[in-house]
Amino acid sequence: MNPLAALFMRDLKLAGRVGGGAGIGVLFFLIVIVLTPFAIGPDLALLARIGPAILWLGALLASLLTLDRLIAADAEDGSLDLILTGQTPLELAVATKALAHWLSTGLPLVIATPLFALLMNLDSQASLAVALTLLAGTPALTFIGLLGAALSVTLRRGGLLLTVLVLPLTVPVLIFGVSASNAAIVGPLPFGTPFTILCALTLVSFVVGTFAAAAALRHGIE
Amino acid sequence: MRLEASDLACVRGGREVFAGLRFAVAGGEALMVTGRNGAGKSSLLRMIAGLVRVAAGRLALTGGADDLPLAEQAHYLGHQDALKPSLTVEENLDFWARYLGTGDGAPAALAAVGLDTVAKLPAGYLSAGQRRRLSIARLVAIKRPIWLLDEPASALDRAAQDRLAELMRGHLAGGGLIVAAAHGPIGLEGARELQLGATG
Repeated sequence: MNPLAALFMRDLKLAGRVGGGAGIGVLFFLIVIVLTPFAIGPDLALLARIGPAILWLGALLASLLTLDRLIAADAEDGSLDLILTGQTPLELAVATKALAHWLSTGLPLVIATPLFALLMNLDSQASLAVALTLLAGTPALTFIGLLGAALSVTLRRGGLLLTVLVLPLTVPVLIFGVSASNAAIVGPLPFGTPFTILCALTLVSFVVGTFAAAAALRHGIE
Repeated sequence: MRLEASDLACVRGGREVFAGLRFAVAGGEALMVTGRNGAGKSSLLRMIAGLVRVAAGRLALTGGADDLPLAEQAHYLGHQDALKPSLTVEENLDFWARYLGTGDGAPAALAAVGLDTVAKLPAGYLSAGQRRRLSIARLVAIKRPIWLLDEPASALDRAAQDRLAELMRGHLAGGGLIVAAAHGPIGLEGARELQLGATG
């Protein structure tokens, strides 16, 4: 098994064990979705109209919740030092960590979306559309978060800063994610237009997030 | 193989920790770094491991594997154990053996530090000394010519200290080199001493 596969498997294992936090994101997502109808009131038409936006906001906040452990956990116990002395390029190592993180925290949000969409009075076609846009968009949130996680690690105790740093950068993903969902549900825009831009954003964040995070960590070596 | 430093300086947080440091260690030799707290022992080891930037001077390895940077030929044993409490002893060592090397030597290394009986136990249940031994197992599991040891004997009982000394002697006999920071003797008799911060 090569080093990257080992790192990938370890991170997945850690997420699954006690204290790994894989389920916390989904629970938080559920709470946000459950609270919304209480705040807005039992107006079914209104809930269906704002449903995709609330689902996206919930997923965005839920994916932020677990981000601070992405690199900080390894930095605190000294694992990051050893990862830096490994022969694997740091870019590949952080990309692998982010991928494992998305699989263990981002994908469960996507899978839970059709279920949670019921609470927002979305029909099956609409909820599938939202799930599809989340599938395309949540990796972007993880890789943008990767950059924030790397930056906040080098600042020490930057956990709270991470949220403030990352949220503004996720605005484009949120805009195109929600507009693609709405395009699929009410139109008049064709679904493909915002959806392809969303996919493009994910690909860009994959490249930029990975290289910038590795650069931030290297720069963090005082 | 020879590790040589000339006019080495270290700056951390805007403060100069040491400057004008020079030393040379050859394969089969050990260098003991001593000095008061804050003299820069750990910083020196982290610098050799590539974890602290060289502020001035030169740090060079000659005669090692030419295509690898210094940091990738060195084992760094720091204050932190790099262990995940929720993974078992075996899984922790196995991961590092695979990430840093080929992963073959893990079971034998676990036996070498006497942790094979607790292999299936989550690392979170280990005592401080056992965690230390698990970190030391990493040095045995993956072959790298340079060992950078920061207080390697801390928390170890007498028997484990003897075992560590034996492992270090074995490493030196195999042509490896050791740079260790310690306050007391760690079983490296005849090692040269580098005192940091002596003249201020």
